Amino acid sequence: MEPIQLGRGDTEFIRKVEEESRQVVKKCYQCGNCTAGCPMSFSYDYTANQLMRLIQLGQRERVLKSRAVWMCVTCETCTTRCPNEIDVARVLDVCRHMARKAGYGGVFNNMRVFADSFLQTVRWNGKSHELGLMALFKMRAMKPFSDLSLAPSMLLKGKLPYLPHRIKGRSEVAGIFKRFSEQQLKELHAQTTDDKKPAGGDK
Amino acid sequence: MRIGVFICHCGSNIAGTVDVAQVAANAAKMPDVAFAVDTMYACSEPGQQAIEEAVKQHKLTGVVVASCSPRMHEPTFRRAVERAGLNRYMIEMANIREQVSWIGKDKEANTRKATDLVHMAVEKLRLNRVLIPKQIPVTRKVLVVGGGVAGIQAALDCAEGGMEVVMVEREPSIGGKMSKLDKTFPTIDCSSCVLGPKMVDVAQNDHIDLFTYSEVESITGYVGNFEVTIRKKAPYVDWEKCTGCGICTEKCPNKKSFDRHNEGMGTTTSINIPFPQAIPKKATINAATCRKLVDGKCGVCAKVCPSGAINYEQEDELVTVKVGAVVAATGYDFMDWTVYREYGAGRYKDVITSLQYERLLSASGPTEGHIKRPSDGKEPKNIVFIQCVGSRDVSIGRPYCSGFCCMYTAKQAILTKDHIPDSQSYVFYMDIRSPGKAYDEFTRRAQEEYGAQYLRGRVSTIVPLGDKLLVRGADTLAGQQVEIEADLVVLAVGGEAAHGAPQLAEKLRISYDSYGFFMEGHVKLKPVETNTAGVFLAGACQGLKDIPASVAQGSAAAAKALGLLSKDTLESDPQTASVDLKRCVGCGKCWNVCPFGAIREMDMRGQIKAEVLEAVCQGCGLCNATCPQGAIQLSHFTDNQVLAEVEALCRC
Amino acid sequence: MAEKTFAYYPGCSGAGTSIEYDKSNRAVCEELGIKLVDIPDWNCCGSTPAHQVDHVLSAALGARNFAQAEQLGLDTIITPCPACLKNQHNALEHMEEPGFAERVNELTRRPLTRKHSIKSVLQVILEDITPEEVAKHVKTPLSGIKIVPYYGCLMNRPGKSMKFDDDENPMALDRLMAAIGCEVLDFPLKQDCCGGAAGVADNKVTSRLSGRHLQVANHLGADAMVVACPLCQMNMDMRQAQANAYYGTSIKLPVFYYTQLMGLAFGIDKSRLALNKLIVDPAPVLAKIGKSAEEAQA
Repeated sequence: MEPIQLGRGDTEFIRKVEEESRQVVKKCYQCGNCTAGCPMSFSYDYTANQLMRLIQLGQRERVLKSRAVWMCVTCETCTTRCPNEIDVARVLDVCRHMARKAGYGGVFNNMRVFADSFLQTVRWNGKSHELGLMALFKMRAMKPFSDLSLAPSMLLKGKLPYLPHRIKGRSEVAGIFKRFSEQQLKELHAQTTDDKKPAGGDK
Repeated sequence: MRIGVFICHCGSNIAGTVDVAQVAANAAKMPDVAFAVDTMYACSEPGQQAIEEAVKQHKLTGVVVASCSPRMHEPTFRRAVERAGLNRYMIEMANIREQVSWIGKDKEANTRKATDLVHMAVEKLRLNRVLIPKQIPVTRKVLVVGGGVAGIQAALDCAEGGMEVVMVEREPSIGGKMSKLDKTFPTIDCSSCVLGPKMVDVAQNDHIDLFTYSEVESITGYVGNFEVTIRKKAPYVDWEKCTGCGICTEKCPNKKSFDRHNEGMGTTTSINIPFPQAIPKKATINAATCRKLVDGKCGVCAKVCPSGAINYEQEDELVTVKVGAVVAATGYDFMDWTVYREYGAGRYKDVITSLQYERLLSASGPTEGHIKRPSDGKEPKNIVFIQCVGSRDVSIGRPYCSGFCCMYTAKQAILTKDHIPDSQSYVFYMDIRSPGKAYDEFTRRAQEEYGAQYLRGRVSTIVPLGDKLLVRGADTLAGQQVEIEADLVVLAVGGEAAHGAPQLAEKLRISYDSYGFFMEGHVKLKPVETNTAGVFLAGACQGLKDIPASVAQGSAAAAKALGLLSKDTLESDPQTASVDLKRCVGCGKCWNVCPFGAIREMDMRGQIKAEVLEAVCQGCGLCNATCPQGAIQLSHFTDNQVLAEVEALCRC
Repeated sequence: MAEKTFAYYPGCSGAGTSIEYDKSNRAVCEELGIKLVDIPDWNCCGSTPAHQVDHVLSAALGARNFAQAEQLGLDTIITPCPACLKNQHNALEHMEEPGFAERVNELTRRPLTRKHSIKSVLQVILEDITPEEVAKHVKTPLSGIKIVPYYGCLMNRPGKSMKFDDDENPMALDRLMAAIGCEVLDFPLKQDCCGGAAGVADNKVTSRLSGRHLQVANHLGADAMVVACPLCQMNMDMRQAQANAYYGTSIKLPVFYYTQLMGLAFGIDKSRLALNKLIVDPAPVLAKIGKSAEEAQA
């Protein structure tokens, strides 16, 4: 493992996480309660308290490139029990937003692909469409056979309608997504211009 | 008047952000100022000598020192001017450190403000009058409130010094928390073997008058002359007659009373003697569960008592004593850990507190020293200790460290291995805090010699699975979630201020912090004094501490009380209120606002007037501010003096 | 009893994978005098994926629903689904933070004009109706069946924000199921996450987590599990076979929505409770209703 260069922590990253999550990460004293209760801990590369520590140290790349930020399911156990009243789940959510914007996670990240596929069906129809979502996800994640055994019984019981329910105001919902994408693009553009200026990294 | 002004640098504390030479130069132009100078450390020996010399050389009649808070050094400078031959009240201080240099960085503004404060002090000093303290006789007797180890130590030391002592303890026996402990760290001494003899000494000492099962009802008076009313709660047993034979406790048919001494780990009878070594060894009836007292049916104890001591009609009794000083040693309590619903909030029988575990370890406890878990009486093999339950937890309003849990947990892990050699202890900790003498070595022994597995991390939850408790925690050093199936979980519950501490503080007129711990006079320099003269602190009531620290503070408080009462008389503070009888119209506002009962109405040739009891007056000034006639004036803080200060400020 | 009227947000799965929840919920609310007025042309709240992508986007999707609800003149929205609840509850909470509502409005272009609140149908039944009142509606007590209540992770956590029931030891389902005559077992994992949100993306995760719940329920001797969350239900019921395969177990534990069992106790027609939609066959459990342990054995 490369040593962390303490003097070169990304303070802008810390500020951004705190601003977006409205939490004070300095309050974390590393008791590990978040890790202790986390149901998804088995799937993490960094534990929840390690992520909090890495944020405190401004280790943007290590945090945003972690597997853990994608695996958190926001079950709120950490938030509920944090002795310092930090909304840890919200902090991790914010890191996931930043990881996504930074283009991390990759095309084989099932959690990311699932979220994208889900929102795609909402963008199209105004509501989510489970069958459409499954199909889209399988195609994108290149996992055509996962959960296939569930399909017959679900279809038989009429729990997976073939056609999506489309709402009348779907163009309005699509508008929300459209404006959101435009904002993201603008932000990305501003960032790439920023990147040309010299800035502290955590390599 | 010839006034000398001394502007202190306080090293760079003041001089760093105040132009002290300029302030001195400004002061030199103020009315009646005959001499002004800046000085490096006014409070140091050369600093004080310089003041004394200046008084003599320049024939000064009053001195202004501009330095720190008068709470810090007013007594110092009063002594200095007294040595130079002035009356000790002919000195004023301007606080240009806490109120100027420490709170602002703008040197120019600071210099102006410091000048203003000096100017105010000069104007007040011009109206100061010589005040002569009176001598008041004292009662050479000390009240010790609380009979835990700190109170016991204070009482024994006072008695040893020849002082009469009154000890008040609200439980039926003295001994406090320490009497519930099995062993003590870091030497694994038997707690009751160490404490027991001291308890007996209290009982046998002729100088100590012991009131147990009693509480302080009220307290009036002032340093040297307090009057204390003690409520002796009715034990429904005539303690003069009770011999402590224990027959009543054997025969009492109601055996399901909550056992306070055993922390509910067993049950006890409605009439009981809390533990074998209790001092005094007398029986007390629990009125909430006694069948005779609840519904009139029973009366077995009265029938079997060989000395006829049982008295169901007994009532509380009030006793009044006069004392010269008070030592508060009311200890602490454990916080209500059931706020931790993730640990079962008391629903799981085999999740117990550390003090309950002490009772299981103790040979005089309900299991006679065999560790049996409450649910099924089985001997546990995997025991999990969780530290910081109710300590360092902002979410439940307990941000402070309780200070002793790390050590007693290590002790309990060691004792567990002693009791059950094939057991395994797991200790979840956040940090190990062991700064005492031989303490850290002790926690290492728990791990190295006794094999306790220490895990650095909190526990998120306890899940009952069958007859086991699944403990889900973190090992942050390994960077892993960890799980253990425990047979017994012991929570190192943090301490809090004793129940009723704030109420007692108000009776004693001492301050307490937001958690209910009593405030010491100065955090470093007056650790056993309070801001109320004659009231001292010992033990955990001032802040959580372990046995050695409590004992040390008990002795320290005793030394303070002995010192205070070593003379037959005390000097009274002459900064008291007095009434201008010509102006007083007898409206009564002053005696209504006086918090000390120091003003009474009197009849002067058919006219009602106010009269100040000088010895009782504490100089708070409430009457002065309230009087619509300006008839009642506080010496040293008269209306004219305050107005002179205001005028100095407003005319700048 | 005065009728209680609420704006109703059914949630997307109510028309698909949790159709039995929507149906039975409507039937039970009708019986209890809770009038549900569907929000006209509501949209998906974005669920977990939306808040994973962006909090403003997530709030915007919820905000459109609140805007739609304004047409009804009803400011309290109730929903059966904890995920829909949590997402839209957070939307309202975040919009109280400085500058946040403005960012949402930029996306929706429909600023809200009223103050809204959202809570679960479960909360309304527990607090506004009360278990005592529920008991009065019971025609067939469901005696003879032992259930474990499973609340899932989202319904009321964290407590200081959701302000419903106890966030470490919730009792709402315990009390309601006891009110309709079930024997309610103390379920130690009642709030432990089943991994629901990861179900489609990685069903090994959900198998691992929900398998533990199923085993503990089975060990306790439960006849059935009772849930209030479509995601929990799907994981426990539809994916029960996957969990069995993952752990090599062969548990067959029916997983009911609490509204289905309430409907049964109220004597509501079975077709309206859509019991046939459950994957694990509930028939053996339903056959136990009203019978003592010995009778059931025979």
